[in-house]
Amino acid sequence: MWFANFLRLAALALLLTFLLSPQSFAPLFAPLTHYGAPPIYDQGNLLTLALAQLGTVLLAAAASTLVAVGLGILVTRPAGAQFLPLSRTLVNIGQTFPPVAVLAVAVPLVGFGEKPTLIALFAYGLLPIFENTIAGLRSCPPVVLEAASGMGMSGGQRLRQVELPLAMPLILEGIRLSLVINVGTATIGSTVAAKGLGEVIIAGLLSSNTAFILQGGLVTGLMAVLLYDGLAALERRLSPAVRLD
Amino acid sequence: MIRIEKLTKQYDGATVVDDVSFEVERDSIAVIVGTSGSGKSTLLRMINRLVEPTSGRVLLDGTDTRSEPAHLLRRRIGYAIQGHGLFPHRTVAENVATVPRLLGWPDARIRARVTELLEIFQLDPATFADVLPHQLSGGQQQRVGVARALAAEPAVLLMDEPFGALDPIIRAKAQEDLLDIQRRFATTVLLVTHDMDEAFRLGHRIAVMSQGRLLQYDRPATLLTDPADSFVARMTGLSDRALKLLALTSAGEAALPGSSEGPQVAASASLREVLSELLWRREPSALVLGEDGAPRGHLTVAAILARAHP
Amino acid sequence: MPRREWIDRLGLLLTAAGAAALFGLPFVVFKSNRIVPGEPRALHEVLPLWCALGLQAVLLTDAAIAVGVADARRRLAASLAGIVVLALAVAAAANALTPPGDKVVRIAPGGAFWILLVCLGLMATDAITRMRPGPLARVLLLAVALAIVGAALAHGTFDNLSVMREYTVNSGRFPAELRRHVWLAAGSLVAALIVGLPLGILCHRAPRLQPPVLGALNVIQTIPAIALFGILMAPLGALAARLPAAAALGIRGIGPAPAVVALFLYSLLPIVADTVLGLRRVSQAAVEAARGMGMTDAQVLTRIELPLALPVILTGIRVVLVQNIGMVTIAALIGGGGLGTFVFQGIGQTAIDLVLLGAIPIVVLAFSASVLLDALIEALDRSASASAGAKS
Repeated sequence: MWFANFLRLAALALLLTFLLSPQSFAPLFAPLTHYGAPPIYDQGNLLTLALAQLGTVLLAAAASTLVAVGLGILVTRPAGAQFLPLSRTLVNIGQTFPPVAVLAVAVPLVGFGEKPTLIALFAYGLLPIFENTIAGLRSCPPVVLEAASGMGMSGGQRLRQVELPLAMPLILEGIRLSLVINVGTATIGSTVAAKGLGEVIIAGLLSSNTAFILQGGLVTGLMAVLLYDGLAALERRLSPAVRLD
Repeated sequence: MIRIEKLTKQYDGATVVDDVSFEVERDSIAVIVGTSGSGKSTLLRMINRLVEPTSGRVLLDGTDTRSEPAHLLRRRIGYAIQGHGLFPHRTVAENVATVPRLLGWPDARIRARVTELLEIFQLDPATFADVLPHQLSGGQQQRVGVARALAAEPAVLLMDEPFGALDPIIRAKAQEDLLDIQRRFATTVLLVTHDMDEAFRLGHRIAVMSQGRLLQYDRPATLLTDPADSFVARMTGLSDRALKLLALTSAGEAALPGSSEGPQVAASASLREVLSELLWRREPSALVLGEDGAPRGHLTVAAILARAHP
Repeated sequence: MPRREWIDRLGLLLTAAGAAALFGLPFVVFKSNRIVPGEPRALHEVLPLWCALGLQAVLLTDAAIAVGVADARRRLAASLAGIVVLALAVAAAANALTPPGDKVVRIAPGGAFWILLVCLGLMATDAITRMRPGPLARVLLLAVALAIVGAALAHGTFDNLSVMREYTVNSGRFPAELRRHVWLAAGSLVAALIVGLPLGILCHRAPRLQPPVLGALNVIQTIPAIALFGILMAPLGALAARLPAAAALGIRGIGPAPAVVALFLYSLLPIVADTVLGLRRVSQAAVEAARGMGMTDAQVLTRIELPLALPVILTGIRVVLVQNIGMVTIAALIGGGGLGTFVFQGIGQTAIDLVLLGAIPIVVLAFSASVLLDALIEALDRSASASAGAKS
């Protein structure tokens, strides 16, 4: 247990140190370069790029969550049940479209930069949240729902006070999954000039500088792992030990 | 108090409740008995409009239940079900406080009411108030369920097989507690069960249902002495009806003036218990004592036997 | 008895969206060459009056059916007819606007076309979903749709549309890149199966291996694709330099080799994880019975455990295949080829039609793979429960 915590803190420390003072790692990366190429990415601030990428991912996640949870609630109400099969098919199709393709098609419509990346990440991130919202809402024991109605809660009160709190662990799980996958996927956005660590990687690819590629890749990887871990801990803190037996 | 007029419910052509009418008096317990599929649960749920009737109406204290939105109606009616449906993510105190909170009671009043109810149901507030439902035993959960139903001081309490999941010893205690609570709060209770013994134990009046129809609605004794048809007779139990009838009368009610040298029995004991005691000891008569210990009269085997038939 | 809904809400929504698009957005976009931004053209500007009215009549009928008719089959027929008419209309518009013999002009479908296509597509999808077709029916539906579209393309119906113009320009390279794309995606999947299946079986037999193996594979998943491609370039380049045999095989620093290795690594996690999961869900009672009958461990594995775990394993394969088809697109950045070449060239030249030339086949490939594998999984599930039912 303490070993895991130690690893977490070490990883976080490593990431922050690197982002705040990248040049101190120059000797580590130097052997990976040739012909005197710069060992540390120098065409932009690594910290800014990392934060920009994180920002894009969080924004897309917020949009995905809003739509997916809203849709999930809608199709589990009696009035919206007719939309369930169609919604499911659509969200599934959204996941089948490779993000690169969505990105490429979005560019002529909304231009280069952050916007097409947001659209691609939004579409790709819908499925885990949507499916988990439905699963969570359906996992409410029917007898609890009956008691809630029988006691005089209106539909809205029942949703807010009983169904959503009980579904929250699964919904948070879906959001976490969606977020973490998108952290890596967001690097593709740099092919359409979105600000992010993909820039670093692509610069490395163009100039055959393995050091750059590693920096971009490892920072993204570390961010993804830390985010995954951190959100899991947050989930555990937020949901009480509820046993739905 | 609760008047049910010609309630009918049909699903897709199948009639689940068929033209049922009866009336439950204020401050009494009415029990609806029937086998599964008799429509008793559906009938109950039409009273608080969890199921909307196909035809017929329900009058609560003279007012049609349809005159207000369903969820507001339900806040005035207590509802306790099998499986109790306690909210797993809320503590015992929060569960019990649900309807008062929906009604907007001030916090102090809610706290006082919750403490009062927990004490009445023998759940020490200091220990149980902040506990989550899954940490309680089955019997404790059932009691919290009923407490929750009574929290907002409803005039009417609906119960659907509330003791079904309890083991026999706890069930007997729970039934006794219900009788106590009903007397204390003067609530009008409508309870559904498939257990005839439970019906006899609890009900001031019993409604026997089969296949959606109401066969008979009477006092328990009348069901035994004058069953409406052979089905009712079989349901109430042909094999030991004489003993069942004896169980309905207490020694105090049947005591004859005079004294006896035989064993002493409490006035609250049923004639069935007294008869059993006399047979066991091979004594001809017993002395009936009141709660205070003062003699109330005596009972002979012959006098008891005289009450064992219609 | 539930009240019959007289107005289908979805149909209402789609009609509103379609109508707004038809009257608010251009039907086609006219570009005098492939790089200029285009000028919008409305429906009545590009088609003779009777054509335009005909299309609008068909769309109106479809809207009426969408709102008022509940029968799924009729809705499907109406929406498919609508799609066909819409496609023919846009092809006719392209033909009408192209001066004879001209090879430079580009006519692209406009916003109205796309939105109408999406609305009709949604109506068709909804109808199909309501009919709840079995796996075979779904596959047949897909095959028929692809055949019809393929025939129309081969016949030259859409030749004057911008996307097909790009195809004509690139027609030399297109089949080769398409083949390469499929090979890369499928090849890395097969390699992952060869390594991943035994690894998964091993992890199932020795549960202590699961945390380290799955943990390591999870870490690989967090490395973004382009980074992994790039990281592999150096070692593979070195390998090619040291071992002439490797270079002869085509393993080089740039090109498809890093992509294949990276895709292989990415594919391992879903395969191994789903193999472990599938095997875990096999009923222990069945395994016991098999052993009790005298089967060896290998026989139990091949005859009982793997077949019962197959649906879950196939789900992993489906995830991998769809994922790989998408990721091979990125391989174009490191010279790997595939349909991504068109996508990135198109982005670089700001020519959306080139982008679409790459993106549309990728989406069709991914979608078809998904439908095929889903159908296979469902067919297996059904036959499994059928035989189980028959035996009991």
